[in-house]
Amino acid sequence: MSSRKASAGSAAPAVLFAIVLLILVASTLFLHLDHIWWFPKAITPVGHQIDHQMFLTFVLTGIVFVLAQVALAWLVFRYRDQGRRASFIRGSHVLEVMWTTITLVIFVGLGVMAAHSWGEVHFGAPGAGALQVEVTGVQFQWNFRYAGPDGKFGKIIPKDIDASVGNPLGLDPSDPAAKDDIVVPDLYLPVNRPIELQLRSQDVIHSFFVRELRVKQDAVPGIVIPVHFTVNKIGDYEVTCNQLCGLGHYHMHAVLHVLSQADFEQWERKQEAQNAQ
Amino acid sequence: MSAHAGPVHHAEAPKGFIRHYIFSLDHKIIGTQYILLGLSAVTIGVILSLIMRIHLVWPNAHLWGFASGIVSPEDYLRVVTMHGTLMVFFVLTTVPQSGFGNYFLPIQIGAPDMAFPTINMLSFWTTLLAMLVLLSSAFVPGGASISGWTSYAPLSAVGQVAGPGLGLGQTLWVISIALFCGGSLMSAINFLGTTIDLRTKGLSLMRMPLTVWGWFITACLALLAFGVLLAACILLLLDRLAQTSFFIPSNLDVSGVLLHHAGGSPLLWQHLFWFFGHPEVYIAILPGMGIISHVLSTFSRKPVFGYKAMVYSLSAIGFLSFAVWGHHMFISGMNPYSALAFSILTLVIGVPSAIKTFNWLGTLWGAQIHFTASMLFAIGFVSLFVTGGLSGIFLAQPALDLYLHDTYYVIGHFHLIMGVAAIFAMFAASYYWFPKMFGRHMNETLGKVHFWCTFIGVYCIFMPMHYLGYAGDPRRYASIESVNYLIPLHSVHYFITISAFFTAAAQLLFYWNFFWSMGHGKRAVDNPWHATTLEWAVSTPVPHDNFAGHYPTVYRGPYEYSVPGAADDFVPQHLAPEQVAKA
Repeated sequence: MSSRKASAGSAAPAVLFAIVLLILVASTLFLHLDHIWWFPKAITPVGHQIDHQMFLTFVLTGIVFVLAQVALAWLVFRYRDQGRRASFIRGSHVLEVMWTTITLVIFVGLGVMAAHSWGEVHFGAPGAGALQVEVTGVQFQWNFRYAGPDGKFGKIIPKDIDASVGNPLGLDPSDPAAKDDIVVPDLYLPVNRPIELQLRSQDVIHSFFVRELRVKQDAVPGIVIPVHFTVNKIGDYEVTCNQLCGLGHYHMHAVLHVLSQADFEQWERKQEAQNAQ
Repeated sequence: MSAHAGPVHHAEAPKGFIRHYIFSLDHKIIGTQYILLGLSAVTIGVILSLIMRIHLVWPNAHLWGFASGIVSPEDYLRVVTMHGTLMVFFVLTTVPQSGFGNYFLPIQIGAPDMAFPTINMLSFWTTLLAMLVLLSSAFVPGGASISGWTSYAPLSAVGQVAGPGLGLGQTLWVISIALFCGGSLMSAINFLGTTIDLRTKGLSLMRMPLTVWGWFITACLALLAFGVLLAACILLLLDRLAQTSFFIPSNLDVSGVLLHHAGGSPLLWQHLFWFFGHPEVYIAILPGMGIISHVLSTFSRKPVFGYKAMVYSLSAIGFLSFAVWGHHMFISGMNPYSALAFSILTLVIGVPSAIKTFNWLGTLWGAQIHFTASMLFAIGFVSLFVTGGLSGIFLAQPALDLYLHDTYYVIGHFHLIMGVAAIFAMFAASYYWFPKMFGRHMNETLGKVHFWCTFIGVYCIFMPMHYLGYAGDPRRYASIESVNYLIPLHSVHYFITISAFFTAAAQLLFYWNFFWSMGHGKRAVDNPWHATTLEWAVSTPVPHDNFAGHYPTVYRGPYEYSVPGAADDFVPQHLAPEQVAKA
């Protein structure tokens, strides 16, 4: 076999690749373990399930990430041009079958495991005695409606929508069920009680997102989309819009106040008293 | 078309400047025109991304060209929309396929030109017209669209009542994309006809270079996907101009105006758009996969590891790409049961992608790697493809997408795997094929410096976006001040902006190298890389009909490097067995 001169400067790029890829791997591992910029703590049981699935996916993809980048760095370093002739290898059926099977099992396995928490959010019924809140997106704010003492949401007449006269949802003034409906720009929820949100939109698509709930759901005009959960931690959390809805998209913002049952009832009574005036 | 639909060709190029360089029927000129169109689009696209980065961290910076001197929230969204549209359609879709594919597909299969040269010219001019219409939308009253490159209805459908830019600007956006669909459909037909009918003697399907496979499968996807987008654009145009209600439901109250539409479905637009949109990301990356396999093999001096597995996985990706569009819609309000099917199918499409990665690593195994600038970009591509692919495993699971959807995590993911990886493939292709296209080499040292700055730069831009996503930072926000939990993320945004400037500056090296080398680069011989495929069998500069009337016969597969018993470490496809020198 004839030998020839190695192409000039073949060691430097090989070493550089090794350095850059190792820094990439090390910094990625560090930032994923150190949690400087990370998920806030979940406040629902399903949120913890989702975090568990996230963790599992981090571990599996993390292993693959490290192995693949390190393998690439090693191959590039080990097989830099040294003036010899390359090995003549066309491939390997055994390897092809092996890595196809392994990735198929891992990827589909992850998908099957993740199906459970998705089902919790979307398939199960909300718990008994769930509090229903209607969430309406409109450029560029959220309105939250509670049924009031009668437990019934009043009728909505689209042509009556007029935020300037205090009727942002277009409640029908002639419907008795609408009289006691509570409409507020922030979301108040009692802790440890099943909640069902009904998402709708008056104009374009918006998306309801609270990080700590681990729930994001588009609010689509023309349809009502239910979302249910139970919050187990009192506190204030930010509600943002996550679907581009126009020029004010970035400031479409509300606050989720999770209150103790007693505080929530007190808040409800205050709202009812205001409605009665 | 008549039975004799093959290229009507004169061996001589037309003499006049206009017929030769402007309204040319020559696939090489048209390919170059597409590359220059893409280069202009990417230049504007990068400048727009810098404007976004400046605005996010210095919201009061004075920038030339904006009405109030500073970037308003609607300006920001115009920039977002224009950046996405230019990059996805006019860069990622055109350059790897219509640019390099146009130039090298006919040569690599031993053909004098594309099957339909006139259609080829028409598709370029339609695409250019589409780009001019898109750019013109920035100068009409109300300005360019603010609805993003995905143009979700009803925001994009109800007109300027929903916001600035949603009047004439949005209409021009839709017309531009419809024109683009027309150009891409014509181009797809041409690629399919050429690959099927014009292969030279001996070039069986399983002897085609993987580049040709990449362009062929991409053309299949383009033919099926762009037709759907064209239909969707026509429906959207009717909603906007003819008061139909395909995408607009009843009782919409927009900015206090009750609209007289009824019966439409906003989700219909998303289904149509993503039925195109997911194959589209493979349209952007499959030619790149072909190019990377081609370059890795050449500079590893080895056959592509698992050639057949590469062909089958390309085909599997192409086939499955039409069955995964729902993963863009997990939180859209689509039936949640269908999310499970889309989730599993999406994870399954990861398998052929993983197979390709393993085979690229296998190609390096036992190699003698020549670190040319082209090869550096190919190796960088593999690293980016791994990183960008793995974040896809998160987004494919609807339960995790509940949190990550529409955050910067998604931006980081698709920029790495679809944007930057495809652009790395274009850079690899530029450094690799430049000698054949222009008869001169690009400067290798400059190319290597360009690679290291870009490789490190893009990781510094897009890796931190994953952490922003973990913290819940939503995409398409014109301000990082508007939500309290975004405040601790400022340092990350600063870092990304600085990295973006560094990386963009590094691209000046490429521009300089590209244009300077055309006239002053080192002169190239016919086969400078000692490569095996047919583009290296023709002389440089390439004759008008590619092979000067002598069409080659192909005797073997495309990547016969370091064959035992042969004197040279490469055995070209067109060399008859008796001509191969023995060691």
